[in-house]
Amino acid sequence: MNKVVSGADEAIRDIKDGMTLMLGGFGMCGLPEKCILALVKKGVKDLTCISNNAGVDDFGIGLLLHQRQVKKMIASYVGENAIFESQLLSGELEVELIPQGTLATRCMAAGYGMPAIFTPAGIGTEVAIGKEVRNFNGKDYLMEMAFDADFAIVKAWKGDRMGNLVYRSTARNFNPVMAMAGKITIAEVEELVEPGELDPDHIHTPGIYVHRIFQGENYEKRIEQRTVRKKE
Amino acid sequence: MLDKTGIAKRIAKEIKDGYYVNLGIGIPTLVANYIPDTMDVVLQSENGLLGMGPFPYEGEEDPDVINAGKQTITMLPGSAVFDSAMSFGMIRSKKVNLTILGAMEVSENGDIANWKIPGKMVKGMGGAMDLVASAENIIVAMQHVNKAGESKLLPQCTLPLTGIHCVKKIVTELAVLDVLPEGGFKLLERAPGISVEEIKAATAGKLIIDGEVPEMVI
Repeated sequence: MNKVVSGADEAIRDIKDGMTLMLGGFGMCGLPEKCILALVKKGVKDLTCISNNAGVDDFGIGLLLHQRQVKKMIASYVGENAIFESQLLSGELEVELIPQGTLATRCMAAGYGMPAIFTPAGIGTEVAIGKEVRNFNGKDYLMEMAFDADFAIVKAWKGDRMGNLVYRSTARNFNPVMAMAGKITIAEVEELVEPGELDPDHIHTPGIYVHRIFQGENYEKRIEQRTVRKKE
Repeated sequence: MLDKTGIAKRIAKEIKDGYYVNLGIGIPTLVANYIPDTMDVVLQSENGLLGMGPFPYEGEEDPDVINAGKQTITMLPGSAVFDSAMSFGMIRSKKVNLTILGAMEVSENGDIANWKIPGKMVKGMGGAMDLVASAENIIVAMQHVNKAGESKLLPQCTLPLTGIHCVKKIVTELAVLDVLPEGGFKLLERAPGISVEEIKAATAGKLIIDGEVPEMVI
């Protein structure tokens, strides 16, 4: 089992206009930055992107927005991106804002082979418009459908050529659930290792979910809010 | 009148030993600074961390270690990292004991609005809708009036809602109030130097005053 590809360009080679992509990461943290750069270079357009955030103006999905490659964005929080806000308010960009837990759980459902989930998030709000409401034990829940994505693109810390992945700290975030949810899953990793080097007990995403893997070079890993304290 | 620090200090008094607490962005984040060292409290950050510690020392920032506000933070001994689905799993299944978040408006029946101003501002709800829909204990940290001097404690919210019938307690620069299950803001405490009349004037929703209202101790 060898899922290694030469790099981001090869990994995304068959992503076409109009496809639906999941992109892991929380803000700039755990973001598949190499594949995003390759998508910008390739110039595919009319993409539907499912990701928690929309990047900042000059990094992450913000780069795809800047090139007007995104038709629809499905996200939970987009407050960091001025291009996004202006494209949204002008109606140029189609946007579905959904609760963060709903976003994660719709990924999870896809990865677990379940068509839908029930969540109380959004009951009584505009998120509930047009959705089925079911009452369980006296409480209302919204039915939310599993995502159906052509590709999931995730970033891990380490991976082996069989596609097994390990994430680091809070760069884990949406990556494991998205890795499970794509029809084709691409993993970019900081360090590609040989099978056996990762402890089977410590693997976060089993290789069965991953179709292509490559090691990215020189990760920028941008920090969005650098907050520090002084040594006393 | 309380400043942001004062609001955070007063809210910190609501935290009990043994609590798992989720702190929202803004004033709620400051609450962490006023939890007594003697208390065993674990902070949950919904991007996937239990055991959030203080900001790192200069030069020790790690881009892989952030909180839900995307700030660089540290992890305390005993921390655990998990994915976003599990993070909201523990929120939905009520393992998190207390949620503290900000609001643009709260209504007298406990509805909250904090994610969108139509035509003006769209940031998104992030994890707020999940938190307010599931948490049993929600405290809102907010300003009592907006910049135009209009009350943010209303009979009904005017902005798009984040959740309904969910807010239990509000701490503002003027007062501490409970939101009663049957509706209405019950005035519990006044901020230092603030009169009941001033709070009445700043509250558009139904304000319930029962006897003498003590000044808060911070």
